[in-house]
Amino acid sequence: MSTNLADPQRLATPPTFQAVSLSRRIKNGIATGLVWGAFLIAIIPLVWVLYTVIQRGFPVILDGDWWQKSMSGLLARQQGGGAYHAIYGTLVQGLVCAVISVPIGIMIAIYLVEYGGRSKLSKATTFMVDILTGVPSIVAALFVYTVWITTFGLGRSAFAVSLALVLLMVPVIVRTTEEMLKIVPDELREASYALGIPKWKTIVKIVIPTALSGILTGIMLALARVMGETAPVLVLAAYAPFINYNLFDGPMASLPLMMVNERNNPTAAGFDRIWGAAITLVVLITLFNLLATVISRALAPKTK
Amino acid sequence: MKIQRHGAVLGLVAASALLLGACGSDNNAPTGGTNTSSNAASVPVECGGKTKLNAEGSSAQKNAVDAFVQAYQAACPGVDLAYNPSGSGAGVKNFNAGQVDFGGSDSALKEGAETEAAAKRCQTNPAWNLPLVFGPVAVGYKVSGVDNLVLDAKTTAAIFSGAVKKWNDPAIKALNGSATLPDKDISVIYRSDESGTTDNFQKYLKVAGGWTKGDGKQFKGGVGEGKEKSAGVAQAVGSIDGAITYVEWSFAQDNKLSIAKIDSGAGAVELTAESAGKAIDGAKIKGEGNNLVLDLDSIYGSKAAGAYPLLLATYEIVCSKGYDADTAKAVKAFLTVAATTGQAQLADAGYVPLPKAFQDKLLTAVKAIA
Amino acid sequence: MNDPVVAKRPAGSGAAGAERGVAAAPTASEAPIPPTPEAPVTTKAPHVRPGDRIFRGLATGSGVFIVVLIGAIGLFLILQAIPSLGLDNVNFLTSREWNTTDPTNLRFGILDLTLVTVVVALVALLIAMPIALGIALFLTQYAPRNLARPFAYVIDLLAAVPSIVFGLWGLFVLGPVLFPFSEWVIENLGWIPIFAKGNVNVQLGGTIFTAGIVVAVMILPIITAVSREVFERTPTMHVEGAIALGATKWEVVRTTVLPFGKAGYVSASMLGLGRALGETIAVAIILSTATSSFGWSLFDGGSTFASKIALAAPEFNDARSAGAYIAAGLVLFVLTFVVNAIARSIVAGHKEYE
Repeated sequence: MSTNLADPQRLATPPTFQAVSLSRRIKNGIATGLVWGAFLIAIIPLVWVLYTVIQRGFPVILDGDWWQKSMSGLLARQQGGGAYHAIYGTLVQGLVCAVISVPIGIMIAIYLVEYGGRSKLSKATTFMVDILTGVPSIVAALFVYTVWITTFGLGRSAFAVSLALVLLMVPVIVRTTEEMLKIVPDELREASYALGIPKWKTIVKIVIPTALSGILTGIMLALARVMGETAPVLVLAAYAPFINYNLFDGPMASLPLMMVNERNNPTAAGFDRIWGAAITLVVLITLFNLLATVISRALAPKTK
Repeated sequence: MKIQRHGAVLGLVAASALLLGACGSDNNAPTGGTNTSSNAASVPVECGGKTKLNAEGSSAQKNAVDAFVQAYQAACPGVDLAYNPSGSGAGVKNFNAGQVDFGGSDSALKEGAETEAAAKRCQTNPAWNLPLVFGPVAVGYKVSGVDNLVLDAKTTAAIFSGAVKKWNDPAIKALNGSATLPDKDISVIYRSDESGTTDNFQKYLKVAGGWTKGDGKQFKGGVGEGKEKSAGVAQAVGSIDGAITYVEWSFAQDNKLSIAKIDSGAGAVELTAESAGKAIDGAKIKGEGNNLVLDLDSIYGSKAAGAYPLLLATYEIVCSKGYDADTAKAVKAFLTVAATTGQAQLADAGYVPLPKAFQDKLLTAVKAIA
Repeated sequence: MNDPVVAKRPAGSGAAGAERGVAAAPTASEAPIPPTPEAPVTTKAPHVRPGDRIFRGLATGSGVFIVVLIGAIGLFLILQAIPSLGLDNVNFLTSREWNTTDPTNLRFGILDLTLVTVVVALVALLIAMPIALGIALFLTQYAPRNLARPFAYVIDLLAAVPSIVFGLWGLFVLGPVLFPFSEWVIENLGWIPIFAKGNVNVQLGGTIFTAGIVVAVMILPIITAVSREVFERTPTMHVEGAIALGATKWEVVRTTVLPFGKAGYVSASMLGLGRALGETIAVAIILSTATSSFGWSLFDGGSTFASKIALAAPEFNDARSAGAYIAAGLVLFVLTFVVNAIARSIVAGHKEYE
């Protein structure tokens, strides 16, 4: 996109026209400076945080055991062990949550943009999604605990965690998807209707593919957020230092929970595990991001 | 957009999938060499029952439970236990809700709603409070040039309630005759989260130091600055000159804080496993039969020479009866190991091994679980 | 746009952009429309296809689902909070006290929590919003392409860092670095109330100022990512039109990109604000609690709603005490909504491009 406006000055100054006035050039210069400045300022903390994580965590994850073992049977001060149990937990909880949230979130956004109009339900939905964006994770977790465990009498499990994460993931998906669908030009829809294509097919085949890369960005942001959540896992699944493959029963670790857990550990081994888990999480989410990019490229409408 | 990048991405994804696909392992036992079971005591452990136990509760005993689990695995191969250090309140709640096999709490079940709910969870049998882990609470400080500080409960209470504001206050000077104390403000650091450590510290001050601010899991001193968790307070004290806090022993040690000696009337006592053990020796039990609820006043108020009275006792809350056979067997096996061979690792982790007399009481109780 | 039967529209704007082969998301001008606009004109009553009915049902159902779900959460919060509110011995809205140790004598008020929450979120938003706008513009309009892509990835990576890491980073790394600066500000600008010496030790860095900066860094990737996606979709025709009129780069941005992306940018910022208001672990780790109440200084400590709940939740053992915290959560609910409502009305006031 940006390639198109590579150099506006050149286009705007053929000899027959007057040169761009000084004040406009100054304004342009200031704006350019500000934009570059914002970028440079922002880069500092961003790179700094990442550097901190990498510097402290990278040596830990180089150990092969880290990717293949759990923390079972280790003392707090003993080095060694791995994060396999937590990696598994994070992936499973995150993916199950995504499988539930993504369709719901996208359908809500479709409803709001394509069907809702200015109806009461549409307004109520917008209102509710707004509120949901501000629900702290601990409140979502306590809510699910009350419903799932106190009311239904079901046991704590990774699945309950996923349900709480859904509450955190849906609003992010709805808000981003909604914005992306809104800016799909109406002409596209109208052209499709003109061909006699049903509305639902227009949405599925025209509107969503056009907005796809934006929607995926939103999903990835949401996924990154829920995979980094601690409170729901702590309340709804509990930490297990060993590997638990069962989604529906028993305690299951996750990377952020492992970090919280190791904060109870004053030794150097605990410190290593915290930063190791942090960088592992970053690596996992990066992989998901790359995957999303690949998917969006593959599914994006052909423009050439 | 570029084919190569796709290839690289797919490769990465595939590689990570393989890594995870190549099933993980729970086996962290050291290959050959020293094993904790070699110095196992003579107590026979009946292994068996459920292979994976669930427990939850106080974070103060988390590192002790890690040690117990290691000993448990050495005694009974193939078993494991998940301890979720989410806090005493959560431990009691989830025990009573039947979500975990036993709870860990830094206070005994409260008579009334809590004991009733626990009895319901144990099929109308009473739940027992077994004080299995004792962790000393250190009064940790950092003042340059001062490393042999002696405090008594009264002065400590004055510091933590803001009555004593300077390090060279006459009250502190009186206890530290020879030391040169700087004319510096005291920065009190307390736990911003609700915690049993705060609760026990305030109870101690109330019993021994005339603390009038009240107890409970919120700090009531009305002075200073709160930081989150033991890790937070220990780090904070380590980074400013003139700071003081109360924190679990292991955190004070690992953050290289100086630890105040406590003078309960019979001379200054340094915090060691031995001096803390002495305080446990003098503890009285106020519960009935095998419900070993401690009379904390007997510890905090202890004036015995050489005893360090500022201790945090954490209970394991178990059903006296009412477990299914598998769970009962595993819980008994775990607690037996914890009270015997598991104790060997405790001193290194900042806890106090149980004195013999106390150990016997606990084993009797554990044996009686059905 | 809500009516599927719009067949009569002539294929007007179709030809213009179709041949240009612009490497961008298709805009209106590029949609290929074959020259047969007359085909399915029906005079019968609008016939709804089964596919449409199902799809519409699903979409509407999802909307209903979320409304019911959040209604349930709200109900849950209210049910838990009401008994405690009834037992509160001080004014819930105007008291600065918070003491829930004794369930028979609850004393809790949210004034301090509200102020600290709002100030932390505002500091975060004031820092993050302009910078995020700058980055999004930079990445979509200014940056050379081979620079934009890697940096977009770096910023997305930041969204992957869990909040506990931001907390630890703020505590261990940023706090000590900010100390000299904070001290200088307090010494030289301390006469302005918001820069006055606060109720916590600046050296520890557990101030609203530190927390605000860290939260700003946390919400930066969210705002940037969404704004970037929106800016990238500015119709090429608008941009080219502006260029053709001789606009400078800044004028192009100001007259096409910004008006087009404004709603999306505000929406993204609100998403960020929602996160800032509800941020738990990072704030709990960084922000020191203080024994005196909030005094309008950035160098004060305190608790936000979420951090207060998180610091107490592990020890909930009495429904009455827990209810006090739940009541605080309820206020956060309301607060988030108010802020979002304001933002929506701002966006609605600038509708030109929707």
